[in-house]
Amino acid sequence: MLVSFNWLKEYVQLSDISAIELAERLTRSGVAVDIVHPLNKGVKNVVVGHVVKREQHPDADKLSLCQVDVGEEELVQIVCGAKNVAEDQKVAVAKVGAVLPGNFKIKKAKLRGQASHGMICSLQELGVDTKFVPKEVSEGIFVFPQDVEVGIDALQYLNLDDEVLELDLTPNRADCLNMIGVAYEVGAILSREIDVPTPKLQKCDEKAADFIEVRVDAIEDNPIYRAMVIKDVKVGPSPLWLQNRLMAAGIRPISNVVDITNYVLLEYGQPLHAFDYARFGSKEIVVRKATEGEEIVTLDDATRKLAKEHLVITNGKEPVAVAGVMGGAKSEVNDETTTVLLEAAYFKGSTVRKASKDLGLRSDSSVRFEKGIDPNRVALAAERAAQMICELAGGVILEGCVEVNELDAKPLPVDISVSRLNDALGTELTAEVVGNIFKRLQFIYSQNEDIFTVYVPTRRPDITIEADLVEEVARLYGYDHIPTTLPIGLTTAGALTPSQTRRRNVRRYLESVGLNQTITYSLTSSSKAKGFGDTLENVTPIRLAMPMSEDRSTLRTSLIPHVLDVVQYNHNRKIEDIAIYEVGSIFLTEETEITKQPTEKEILAGAFTGTWQSHLWQGEKKKVDFFVAKGVLEGLFDQLGITEKIRYASVKKDSMHPGRTAAILLDGEEIGFVGQIHPTLQKELDLNETYIFQLDLQVVLSSSGQEVFYEGVPKYPAISRDIALVVAQETQAEDVKDVIKSNGGKLLKSVQLFDLYQGEKMEEGHKSLAFSLTYFDPEKTLTDEEVTNVHNKVLEGLKEKLGVTLRA
Amino acid sequence: MQERLKELQQEALNQIESAQSLKELQDVKVSYLGKKGPITEVLRGMGKLSADERPIIGQMANDVRGAISDKLEEKVAKLEELEVEKRLASESIDVTLPGRPANTGVRHPLTAVVENIEDIFIGMGFGVSEGPEVETDYYNFEALNLPKDHPARDMQDTFYITEELLLRTHTSPVQARTMEKYAGKGPVKIICPGKVFRRDDDDATHSHQFMQVEGLYIDENVRMSDLKGVLLEFAKKFFGPDQKIRLRPSFFPFTEPSVEVDISCVMCKGDGCRICKETGWIEVLGAGMVHPRVLEMGGFDSKKYSGFAFGMGVERLAMLKYGIDDIRHFYLNDKRFLEQFKRA
Ligand SMILES: [Zn+2]
Repeated sequence: MLVSFNWLKEYVQLSDISAIELAERLTRSGVAVDIVHPLNKGVKNVVVGHVVKREQHPDADKLSLCQVDVGEEELVQIVCGAKNVAEDQKVAVAKVGAVLPGNFKIKKAKLRGQASHGMICSLQELGVDTKFVPKEVSEGIFVFPQDVEVGIDALQYLNLDDEVLELDLTPNRADCLNMIGVAYEVGAILSREIDVPTPKLQKCDEKAADFIEVRVDAIEDNPIYRAMVIKDVKVGPSPLWLQNRLMAAGIRPISNVVDITNYVLLEYGQPLHAFDYARFGSKEIVVRKATEGEEIVTLDDATRKLAKEHLVITNGKEPVAVAGVMGGAKSEVNDETTTVLLEAAYFKGSTVRKASKDLGLRSDSSVRFEKGIDPNRVALAAERAAQMICELAGGVILEGCVEVNELDAKPLPVDISVSRLNDALGTELTAEVVGNIFKRLQFIYSQNEDIFTVYVPTRRPDITIEADLVEEVARLYGYDHIPTTLPIGLTTAGALTPSQTRRRNVRRYLESVGLNQTITYSLTSSSKAKGFGDTLENVTPIRLAMPMSEDRSTLRTSLIPHVLDVVQYNHNRKIEDIAIYEVGSIFLTEETEITKQPTEKEILAGAFTGTWQSHLWQGEKKKVDFFVAKGVLEGLFDQLGITEKIRYASVKKDSMHPGRTAAILLDGEEIGFVGQIHPTLQKELDLNETYIFQLDLQVVLSSSGQEVFYEGVPKYPAISRDIALVVAQETQAEDVKDVIKSNGGKLLKSVQLFDLYQGEKMEEGHKSLAFSLTYFDPEKTLTDEEVTNVHNKVLEGLKEKLGVTLRA
Repeated sequence: MQERLKELQQEALNQIESAQSLKELQDVKVSYLGKKGPITEVLRGMGKLSADERPIIGQMANDVRGAISDKLEEKVAKLEELEVEKRLASESIDVTLPGRPANTGVRHPLTAVVENIEDIFIGMGFGVSEGPEVETDYYNFEALNLPKDHPARDMQDTFYITEELLLRTHTSPVQARTMEKYAGKGPVKIICPGKVFRRDDDDATHSHQFMQVEGLYIDENVRMSDLKGVLLEFAKKFFGPDQKIRLRPSFFPFTEPSVEVDISCVMCKGDGCRICKETGWIEVLGAGMVHPRVLEMGGFDSKKYSGFAFGMGVERLAMLKYGIDDIRHFYLNDKRFLEQFKRA
């Protein structure tokens, strides 16, 4: 809503407050003012001039040579390029020394050899936005009415000395979508009386009822419909003051009748529609629901297809308007119109909203109906418009108004007690203070000791319960005056849940070993949502009903494409060393047509590429490899206390290197994987060798978290034995380790692989693995003999189960 | 014989004195004190001496040995010390050369801010609740006093999946779900951090995905003044002890009264600057007293219980706190961006 400060002054006394100050007061008490636009965009020294003489420029076809009276002793000569400049016009003249928008200074000049002492201006040149300039004056200079005095400030006359407050209204404050509503608000804030105009009508003897009948077949969607008839109307341009006010409010003037309906819409918030009675097509208005597929050509000459939920105004035969949204072209008021059929109605917000949305038509009318209008202003607004048509377009109002009115709109009584109010706000307001605030709002109330019964006027449909009145009091009393306290209720111990704490620990760990955390979008393209080698086959990615772009159309089913995006983004910026992780949800459903909330799995994923560790001047550089990635995960499992439950098994997955990928199993269940991305994919993405991992974090977190139980520092020394084994090339270290462990009994404390050899010294198809076995007894110092006994069992086990021999 | 011993002592001491290495000293030791050394030689000739002289010469020989070995010890220590010094000198390094870099990673600045907020509210007795990103229309809207066709639904342009399923537009549905869990019994003190989604074109100040932290406090006798107090406490802990806040009336369907909360500008401390559009204040969060209908829908008796709720945008707080100018940075994850937040 754009509020002209000058216009507002008609309703409230504002001589002692600036527009900026008022804007601040409004903002602080509930109606936010986004910005205050001065209509004068730095324009200075532009006056009304009289073109006394106009001749053709001797050396230029398209220029005129004008002698202009600007209210000074001598005429000034101005060269003007406008086509429409003519003798005897009153025009806006920027004199020498004047400033136009953009700090454009007017100086003495010579144009094609002729002196020019000033400039004759169009409205656009004075800073008016082209889209609000009336069509007939949009090309060429602006011409004033003849009665304007020469030499006066042109800006003042054009209302360009005004300032416009742009309101940023919250949806509940539709009451401020009109000047009178804003006046009530300003009156309440400043504790001032306001002056609302009451229409005074002069009517003729002829009866409107003889011209028109009204029938509403959809009373729930249209409880009030009023029709007035005004005859002998002369359609033409509106007076300048009216045009100016519309332009200030961002509406382009069209013709007096249309402008008046728009003016009243701005003043009362009541949308009106004017039909050309002669072209209405019948003497009967029938309001009904449209039939499915019914068509209407609207004012903008577009053919609109209607649906059965839409409400239409018809002449009994065919639609003449889409109720509250837009009128039809056929019965539109035009220059030939003499009898106006004026509609003022109350249409249900949701009905208008549906039509406006379906047809893609949002208008000043539809917005107001959608947000709710004051049913008690329907009649007033109609009369106000009729009166103005009468005054400004020479019309004669027919007696009576033809109406259907099934809405009994009365002020709504709402109770509030002063003690409840103070309890809610933490204040100690007296009944007197509270009563005074209701008076400022012009709310009528009755008071029974502590309890107020407030009769909320119909212009404020946002107030229906006690809490709404609490807000009215709070905002007018002022939030700055409400005390600052801390709650007096029960103290509670705040804490993260165990799994939240563990998740934080996981993040800390990953950062402490060198991974940066990333956060990416949950939405992705449908091709990336197909996921990666990790995505299950029976999962259908979930697509938005109406995506904004294909890139963000589908919920992710894997984090891998996202971390790879980050790798690629950085790689493209010459950042080669990357170690990242992300914790986020993926979205899985087994339904083909989704109806239920999907499973949201919290996933941990990461990627490594480039150098892992380097110490340049010492010539050391360790590149990322499979074991770097695996080592980070091993550290994580160790920290979570689940190392014993974890197994790795080589696995083949789409998009992954077939020989360098391991499935990660927790208690035998696959919970993720780690490995190198397939060289083909690597090439496709134009990356360097890249390793990734992904884990089901939920499962990991829920299986960890056993209590820490102190076992004591060992009192006796441990004994180590190293063994080098010859095993078949395809034997996996993990299997060898398992056999060692299962044969080592309880004395075998740990098994660590410390060497891998596969080279020419080995028999074909074999490799050597060396392990360090640590034996330990918490009860005593182990003897050599005891260790040898167990150790031999281990060796026998290895030979038996895997055919492994000691390396010679 | 005594002369000879004295000579030997002098000779030995001289040699010790002039010795330059432990090796030389070892040689001296062997040659003078060893079994084939001159002193032993002298003592072998003692048989020719009288019984009177023998103890005297014996004593003397011992003294000479003692003197030599004392001197040796002294010299060995000295040389060892020199040797150590020499070795240390040869081992010295340029301590200004760069050390071996330890691998350290960075938490994302949004996580840093969320954890900071969590910790502040945990300190005030709040718990942390989480909920799904894909929500039902009921929890995202209806349970929050936003029935279908409510005009305020336009405020939050929504990504729908079906008519009933959507990407949550705020983390308030977690509040609605939590209220149900408490089954009408307070106090409820939670904050809900999480990702939310709106139909916005991504630009410097808009993002179709962003993070929010919402808070909910329900108990008997919760007042608007408590909301002011709790949020002031938060602002001071988050932005610094001199922070001020102010409340402006606003509208949210799930609170009544509703307010926008401004903090004094973090750049100019309230004097007015470009960041705060010369007002000295910056809008950072929305809040209000929980709407009685929301309480009732969540199973709380609105005559007995009252509460407040608030919600803040994490990106906005991070941008203000660290002076970040473009919201898209958070989701590009440029290493050069992320690594600026090591201390965050
Ligand atoms: Zn500032």
